[in-house]
Amino acid sequence: MIAMLPVPAVDPVLDTESWWWQPLAIVGLKVLVVFIIGLVGTMFMVWFERKIVAGMQNRIGPDKAGPFGLLQTLADGIKLFFKEDLIPERSDRFVFKLAPFLAFVPAFLIWSVIPLGGDFTDGRDGTVEWFGQITRVQLADPPVGVLLVLALSSIAVYGVMLAGWSSGSKYPLLGSVRASAQMISYEAALGLSLAAVLMAAGTLSTSGIVAAQDQLTDWHLLSTGVVPFVVFLIAMTAELNRPPFDLVEAEQEIVGGFHTEYSSIRFALFFLAEFMNVISMSALLVTLFLGGPQPLLIGSFDLFAVLGPFGGTAWLLLKVFLFLYVYVWFRATLPRLRYDQLMDLGWKVLIPVALGWFLLLAALQLGRDNDLSQVGYVTLVIVCLVVLGLGYLLFTAAISVARRNRDREGAAY
Amino acid sequence: MTMLSERQQLSYIASQAADARLNVELETEGMTLNIGPQHPATHGTLRIIARLDGEQVIWAEPSAGYMHRGYEKLTEVRTFPQVTSLINRIDWLGSFANEVPFILAAEKLMEIEAPPRAQHIRTILFELSRIANVGLFLGDLGVQMGAITPVFLAFRDREYVLNLIEGATGGRFHPNFDRIGGLKDDLPQGWIDETRQVMKKLRGFCDEIEDLLFGNEIFQSRTRGIGVIPADVARQYGLSGANLRASGVDWDLRRDQSLPMAWDKVDFKVWTHPDGDSWARCWVRLQEVRESTKIVDQLLDTMPAGPVMAKVPRIIKVPEGEAWVSTENPLGEMGYYVVSKGDLGPFRVKIRSASFNNISITPWVLKGVYVPDIITILASLYFILGDIDR
Amino acid sequence: MPKLPGLIKGLGVTMGTLVRTVKDGANTVQYPHAKESPPVRARGVIALREDNCTACMLCARSCPDWCIYIEAHKQLAPPRRAGGKPRQVNHLDRFDIDYALCMYCGICVEVCPFDALFWSPEYEYSEPRIADLLHDKTKLGEWMETVPEAPALEVGAEKKK
Repeated sequence: MIAMLPVPAVDPVLDTESWWWQPLAIVGLKVLVVFIIGLVGTMFMVWFERKIVAGMQNRIGPDKAGPFGLLQTLADGIKLFFKEDLIPERSDRFVFKLAPFLAFVPAFLIWSVIPLGGDFTDGRDGTVEWFGQITRVQLADPPVGVLLVLALSSIAVYGVMLAGWSSGSKYPLLGSVRASAQMISYEAALGLSLAAVLMAAGTLSTSGIVAAQDQLTDWHLLSTGVVPFVVFLIAMTAELNRPPFDLVEAEQEIVGGFHTEYSSIRFALFFLAEFMNVISMSALLVTLFLGGPQPLLIGSFDLFAVLGPFGGTAWLLLKVFLFLYVYVWFRATLPRLRYDQLMDLGWKVLIPVALGWFLLLAALQLGRDNDLSQVGYVTLVIVCLVVLGLGYLLFTAAISVARRNRDREGAAY
Repeated sequence: MTMLSERQQLSYIASQAADARLNVELETEGMTLNIGPQHPATHGTLRIIARLDGEQVIWAEPSAGYMHRGYEKLTEVRTFPQVTSLINRIDWLGSFANEVPFILAAEKLMEIEAPPRAQHIRTILFELSRIANVGLFLGDLGVQMGAITPVFLAFRDREYVLNLIEGATGGRFHPNFDRIGGLKDDLPQGWIDETRQVMKKLRGFCDEIEDLLFGNEIFQSRTRGIGVIPADVARQYGLSGANLRASGVDWDLRRDQSLPMAWDKVDFKVWTHPDGDSWARCWVRLQEVRESTKIVDQLLDTMPAGPVMAKVPRIIKVPEGEAWVSTENPLGEMGYYVVSKGDLGPFRVKIRSASFNNISITPWVLKGVYVPDIITILASLYFILGDIDR
Repeated sequence: MPKLPGLIKGLGVTMGTLVRTVKDGANTVQYPHAKESPPVRARGVIALREDNCTACMLCARSCPDWCIYIEAHKQLAPPRRAGGKPRQVNHLDRFDIDYALCMYCGICVEVCPFDALFWSPEYEYSEPRIADLLHDKTKLGEWMETVPEAPALEVGAEKKK
């Protein structure tokens, strides 16, 4: 599978002999498009969320600014921009100013590795031809694309954490402590569920993963479509601070959490980053598990065949849209978890499940690589299951012992 | 006396020093967190001073009085008819219910009784204000835990009840409809049919909230076993209303007291729950709203004809004496101790409002819980700030 | 039927509400464009019928927060019957209600023995300046146009008087 990919997997457009204006124009165009998609997408996401939540609550939602209130976000943004920028007396001024950018920039950069479309009609591999150059509809395609995403989302944690810490106020501090614990522990589950996908696809490059999922049968529904998908979805929701995991900014408890003290454009940056993250992580989820811009063929019927080369983008939008809707739906319905329940879910359920599943997949992959016989394969599976069962028993024993010790010490006051 | 070698002595001293150092190093000062007076979850200006260890509360105390309006004193310089216009601002969500005990106390002193039709309508309006009040609680409950939809549904459906109250009394929040000796006016035409429809709607609302919130696993894990108040502790702190019933105490002034109201003419169930946790308090209130709609329906069916005002002198002078009347208000037991010296106005009024006592248990119940649970427990104890500070 | 998890059921409720909102429209009344008509009894604003007022000061005295200001002087009015003595009447110089103070309790309307004060459900009289909330007798008189007929009473009610 790796061999099928162009060798310098960075970007076929940069792999040309003739360096003239075309590659530069293409890269510049892509940067522009990604930037605009990021901003406009966020704008519509905010509008979409407000409108859908309003519907779910029997309200109208924004409908005054622009047609259907579409420009409401723009109006809010302009208002925020002109508001007074307050910096608390007791804050760490440099970090306080830095933090919004730490949250905002990674949210933008994630877009650079997400395949935004491409020509997948008739089994093509998604490359398109612009200005006589073969290229992908993706800003950059580094061979370590997924790792880049993980790194960026880790940096975004710093934004939230430092924002809370540097505010010099108690509620943001609580929010920041929650943020660091929550995001770091869910990062682990996120990474582990990701590993399963990477193993199934055999590559770290996002375009490679998409290319490996060109048919529904190649979506690895059994190996990655259930357990890692659900784990990834939950961990991602926690990572994004979306309800029901929005403890970091729980208004009712800690008054907005890390951004309590922020105002004006700095607050707007956090706000933008949050919604942009929602879209970009949904796009990542679609890329990793649901074939990204690959069309979902019913027989050989492509819903967006009329759009030609833009069909891929349409498919991506449709799939992302589905998840955005699910997020909004969750937000309208679910109450928030408590901090310790969140940690329980992360450490006692998601991480063990993701880890166990990963080990199982790894063992099976090992068996496949070594060309085991039928008997050997079955033995391997049985051994794996036994080991996992043992691990589960040990795990529950550890939890119950810890609980007993805690009760004995009377830690619960 | 055992002799210690020098070496042993030294090691003993060293270990003591190490212990001391360890204690100094590990002993962290708790963080004092002021929840309120300006906080989204305190329904006004309640202040909870909480000392935290991490996210765990090791000590908490409510500090009330940021909205004290001095009603007990204000009533002393008002005449009896004027008092009702003030006191329905105590528990502003169930305002009609505030007027009733005071009027009953004044009637008790004057030894008059409202005609049966007036008693009936009073009871209906009392239960309507209970529905409006506790219905909003059911919505607010969700929003305190981050589910934003229930509160909008609650506001939507409370509006129907408020329209009813406004249709009958002229005031949505501050009816000022109760008079010594009866009511200001009779019901307008078509009100009874409208009320029946609204009661049906509200039963639908209760089902909706039950599906949306009470069945939700996250909600259950947030409320079950949180903020448990055993029955005897609840009694000691003077809890009343649904908070007491949720601790398993079968106590309801509507049933246990004989007042000149129409509750003895209807058949209703007093819901209790043995658990005493936040879940129980929420659940009992949900059932109470349902029960109230049934009470209203029954009262509408058996409405007697007749006047709504007894014979009362034009200038009301309440004879000398003291009277205590308390009723089962939406928040719990609310009572007025009225002392009259035979003047136009009361000499002294002591107001026993339910929330003040209900909130007094917070230092006991908040010990050892997490910060999010503070909010849940406060929400489930259900206070109205005007009812605490008066 | 197996029991659905409560979480799914809750999601169903919000989804149902969304569908209903899209189908039947939201419950919102967008105020300046659409108005709800308050009930007939709604206590919106107090209207004054000046001819009926005798400046007896009962309303001003019974107001719980003393927001009614009345000034009057005595003057002679022509006799009722020809040849009679001229009557002495109170002429109203000033009748102000300060709506910045008013609690809308309705006691003044109730105590008025000469039917000079009425409730009107009109509510749109907010002002940018608080001093403008002091309505004088001409303004209070203008509200008389908006006073509705008292509603018919429910079955079983005793007719008044």
